[in-house]
Amino acid sequence: MDIFIQQIINGLILGSIYALVALGYTMVYGIMGLINFAHGEVVMIGAMVALSVIKLLENSGLPVFLLLLFGLAAAALVCMAVGFTIERIAYRPLRRAPRLAPLITAIGVSIVLQNLAMLIWGRNYHAFPPILPTTSMTIFGATITSLQVAIVLIAALMMIGLMILINRTRLGRAMRATSENPSIAQLMGVNINQIISFTFVIGSALAAVAGLMVSANYSIAHYYMGFMLGLKAFTAAVLGGIGNIAGAMLGGILLGLIESLGAGYIGDLTGGFLGSHYQDIFAFFVLIGVLVFRPSGLIGEKVSERA
Amino acid sequence: MSHSLLEARAIGKNFGGVTALRDVSLTIKQGEIYGLIGPNGAGKTTFFNVLTGLYHPDGGEIVFAGETLQASAPHKVAKRGIARTFQNIRLFANMTAMENVMVGRHARTHAGVLGAVLHDRRTVNEEAAIRQRAEELLHYVNIADRADDLARNLSYGDQRRLEIARALATEPKLLALDEPAAGMNGAETGDLRELIEGIRKDGITVLLIEHDVKLVMGLCDRVAVLDYGEKICEDIPSVVQNDPKVIEAYLGGSLA
Repeated sequence: MDIFIQQIINGLILGSIYALVALGYTMVYGIMGLINFAHGEVVMIGAMVALSVIKLLENSGLPVFLLLLFGLAAAALVCMAVGFTIERIAYRPLRRAPRLAPLITAIGVSIVLQNLAMLIWGRNYHAFPPILPTTSMTIFGATITSLQVAIVLIAALMMIGLMILINRTRLGRAMRATSENPSIAQLMGVNINQIISFTFVIGSALAAVAGLMVSANYSIAHYYMGFMLGLKAFTAAVLGGIGNIAGAMLGGILLGLIESLGAGYIGDLTGGFLGSHYQDIFAFFVLIGVLVFRPSGLIGEKVSERA
Repeated sequence: MSHSLLEARAIGKNFGGVTALRDVSLTIKQGEIYGLIGPNGAGKTTFFNVLTGLYHPDGGEIVFAGETLQASAPHKVAKRGIARTFQNIRLFANMTAMENVMVGRHARTHAGVLGAVLHDRRTVNEEAAIRQRAEELLHYVNIADRADDLARNLSYGDQRRLEIARALATEPKLLALDEPAAGMNGAETGDLRELIEGIRKDGITVLLIEHDVKLVMGLCDRVAVLDYGEKICEDIPSVVQNDPKVIEAYLGGSLA
């Protein structure tokens, strides 16, 4: 029972991070029908920038809270700039191209960003400076650190904020209108180029937050970390129904739980044949399962034959 | 009353080898209801699309309220004061009726990223004003009771009304209606006619594409007839109705 509760808690933490990243995929897909495979790299860049800034200021005597805040602010700014630039130079020229072209471009952008990161930060793993408080508490026999509580709370706050932005503001209405029908939205005075840029910028800001969370939670960052994380967040977005904001949140949390519970019990289930390092297979079982049995996702609209 | 709001000068538009519009010139005066009729495929909707910036004309220019409209982006056309509805209704189907009209306010409001994040007084007030104006417009077109329903769940006639409310929300100088009576029964068409007359009384110039000849002839101050992409006639309804070229275009000539 302790293991079960522990895995649920771990799943929620992992799921919150997946959800933040999945939102980036789903928002861009919702607005322009593009799967931005470079999004995982934006998360990686967020983690790297945050880590670098925190390392730089580590011995400055600033309180931990401020260190994290500066790291996050720097990561968010850089990621927003990266997201904005990707859209401008890689996707905008292909707005009217066949669907496959921007998809391939996205993979190309992903490779470029990975290699840029490797040039800047090297091939080594970077350890997160040991600044974080290690206080933890016990709930029903399971352990959770204060950092992990913060991760879940901050992720929840960001998602609530995003929901308000999208459902309650002029900008959010313009985003939804653009997502339903860009040419009609234009006739209402909506500048869709602006809306698309804005969507990339918000998605990238969420990615920066997720990047800091991942590197802090696992105490490590690496130029290649965005690949698997991006793929899993994409799976979460598909699971919830790509293009659907609430779906990305639900899909993220669910995927986190599935992975975590799967990893916790896979040893017992296979008689020790497979260990918890096989955690990754669950995400892809889910992806294949969803694509085969319910391509529109749990709460998604029916999607057409977009690539 | 007599100065011109919109002047289309020698508009041409080709799709591949097909000429959709050839040298179409027409002038719409401030405050009038101007009808544009013609057989199917005559180029009426193409003209609308050029007018609202969805298509770029291959030739000619459009002068609206004293300034040329050519090659401007659609979202700027809205700000300049042209709004339209569509022959096949194009609402934001998964947004509520209220939200559809609120999107229409976009062209006349300003809150941006900062406002959305800070939620300052100006943004809050603007949002309230947007909502209030949207409510008024839903009342105006008589569908206030459907405000919170998704657009796709509205009846056909209500969807047409909603589209008009959304267009009015952009505060147009010129409202272009593409076959607003299509699919409506007699009573609904009567209501529509009252609505359009009311809109004109509020000072908005109306451009009306319509197949319902009775409606056009009864409502419009002047009518232009397109046939195979060319304007063949432009005059007051009683003259247009008896023009031999128009009769030929509509009836194929054999009965003229």
